[in-house]
Amino acid sequence: MSAPVSYIEAIRLALGDALEADPNVFIYGQDIAGVFGGAFKATKGLAERFPTRVLNSPISEDGMAGVAVGAALQGCRPVIEFQFADFASVAFNQMVNHAATYFWRTGCTIPAVFRLPAGGTPGGGPFHCQMPEAWLCHHPGLIVVAPATVADAYGMLRDSIDCADPVAFCEHKFLYNHLKDELDSAAPRLPLGRAAVRRPGSDCTLVSYGWMVHQCLEAAALLEAEHGIACEVIDLRCLRPLDTQTVLESLSRTHRLVVATEAWPYGGVAAEVIACATTEGFTMLDAPPVRLCAADVPIPYQVDLFNAFKPDAARIAAAVLATVEF
Amino acid sequence: MSATRLALWRGMVLGRALDERLAALYRQGGIRGGSVFLGKGQEALSVAAAMPLRAGPEGDLYAPLIRDTAGRLALGESLSDAFLTYLGRRSGPMRGRDGNIHRGRPNMGMMPMISHLGSGVAPVCGGLMARRIQGRLGDTVGLVNLGDGTMNTGATHEGLNIAAVERLPLIAVVADNQVSYSTFSDRTYACRSLIDRAAGYGFAAYTCDGTDADACLTTCAQAVAAARAGAGPQMIVATLLRISGHGEHDDGSYIPQALRDRFPDPVPHYEQRLLSEGVLDAATVAAVWEDARTSIAAALATAQAEAEPVPGEEDWCAFSVRNLRGGDTP
Repeated sequence: MSAPVSYIEAIRLALGDALEADPNVFIYGQDIAGVFGGAFKATKGLAERFPTRVLNSPISEDGMAGVAVGAALQGCRPVIEFQFADFASVAFNQMVNHAATYFWRTGCTIPAVFRLPAGGTPGGGPFHCQMPEAWLCHHPGLIVVAPATVADAYGMLRDSIDCADPVAFCEHKFLYNHLKDELDSAAPRLPLGRAAVRRPGSDCTLVSYGWMVHQCLEAAALLEAEHGIACEVIDLRCLRPLDTQTVLESLSRTHRLVVATEAWPYGGVAAEVIACATTEGFTMLDAPPVRLCAADVPIPYQVDLFNAFKPDAARIAAAVLATVEF
Repeated sequence: MSATRLALWRGMVLGRALDERLAALYRQGGIRGGSVFLGKGQEALSVAAAMPLRAGPEGDLYAPLIRDTAGRLALGESLSDAFLTYLGRRSGPMRGRDGNIHRGRPNMGMMPMISHLGSGVAPVCGGLMARRIQGRLGDTVGLVNLGDGTMNTGATHEGLNIAAVERLPLIAVVADNQVSYSTFSDRTYACRSLIDRAAGYGFAAYTCDGTDADACLTTCAQAVAAARAGAGPQMIVATLLRISGHGEHDDGSYIPQALRDRFPDPVPHYEQRLLSEGVLDAATVAAVWEDARTSIAAALATAQAEAEPVPGEEDWCAFSVRNLRGGDTP
């Protein structure tokens, strides 16, 4: 196998391969062209290879998303890079009212990808660490994905660009340079819309996505080693549509559920998973499902506050223990 | 030239006649729910802007707004599309899923507007950028209809700026109709004229009297030709008056008579001019109006006979990709 690549390198490779594979793919976003190559370097070197298809935009998120809608209608496959997922809120209108409604209203598809660098890094504060998936998932017509692994950062981005419907691609900023793995870009991949079982287990189902998957895996290892508790860790991968089948199948074996996310609790993906478990899997449950989310406040700046703001492996492990002992 | 002027007048007549039939249908209770939105007073500009455009999948991109009944028809939208959409019929372009002036046929370059004003600008920019990337832009252009109200949204600003930065063949046609729903321009913008913004964006600037059909024709033809020739984005601000209310649920009684007196109704105004110049005669006027009303009545009758959507037959899925959950390759 080749040398390990980082999550952000996998994204860069996917963008380059997609540009290479299809002349209708182009990337539009702030600071992505020239020698700079983007705030997180996701497009570093791509403008040199594809000068007419890696284009800097003004600071106009709504305009960028609108460009994607019109370009997609002409047969292009635009990839819009938001500098931070937080700024998708100023593109909300084009994403949810235009891109998401188009197919239902007109029968014309919008194969656009909105890349959303999401999630927390210490010191990012209230406006550079947000998780936008809940409000994007709420609107019918948008596919919302959140890769947790290097392989998914590559493969799900390729599949999102190939997808006929608009995709909000929530990539986690902390994983950009902290996660490295070997990458076989030609390996067969799980399709969009399917959750992955990252660790099998029979005592409790742990559901999450993005960076939090790794906290769940750490908690599962700890629980196994110290308590002999076998957690099944499910990485949702795709948040809309949601692979409830995989969650329910796991629940049929474990009868216990803990959902952990870095996002806020109210009306979020964790709430949706638990709604599914209680409405469709009620008789399988041996304990009340547990929802672990970020604190219900704006994202704090100071590092100790930020670390305490969101669940981590220790809190996940404690929740599993309480559930198992219920 | 007289053939072009006659075509313009005919387009104005057809638009006005359709609007009047839609208004009557609404008052008769013939439309379930919602309202109807007319272009009365804006026909000259609307038709003049659409006339230099080319229809079809490889033609120009056209993003009409609320008050472009007449322009839509001039570019080839069928009378049926209006009725089928207002009536929510399954065989219409929006299949009952969206209504009224939100209709369009994107594959034919006719963009269906959404209610969020200014949202149509950036997609037309994106369409033109896509064609440039694909090497098939040629001398096609994009035209967006805007109003004095629409000029104040962030979406409009971002879209117009992108058009200028990308030096796109975009024509922004601004109908300054004096009023945003019920709020007059003194509370909606403070520059001397909306055309002052053209220089700020880097657009070529034109103004014209939007009640003068000949002036609209000349100005729009010039701006579209310039965009086709590669001169970059063009902005026209035409001054006119919205004669009706915002929609037919609104009688527009807040528009003072003194303001109404300043603006002639462009349809009879132009008709009188063409009559006085001998380009038109009274018999032709009567025949064209009669023909318009007959075609409209026929289109309405046909649309009314069409089926409404059946809730139980809808698939209720907003995604085109149907097999995401369950694991098949999308």
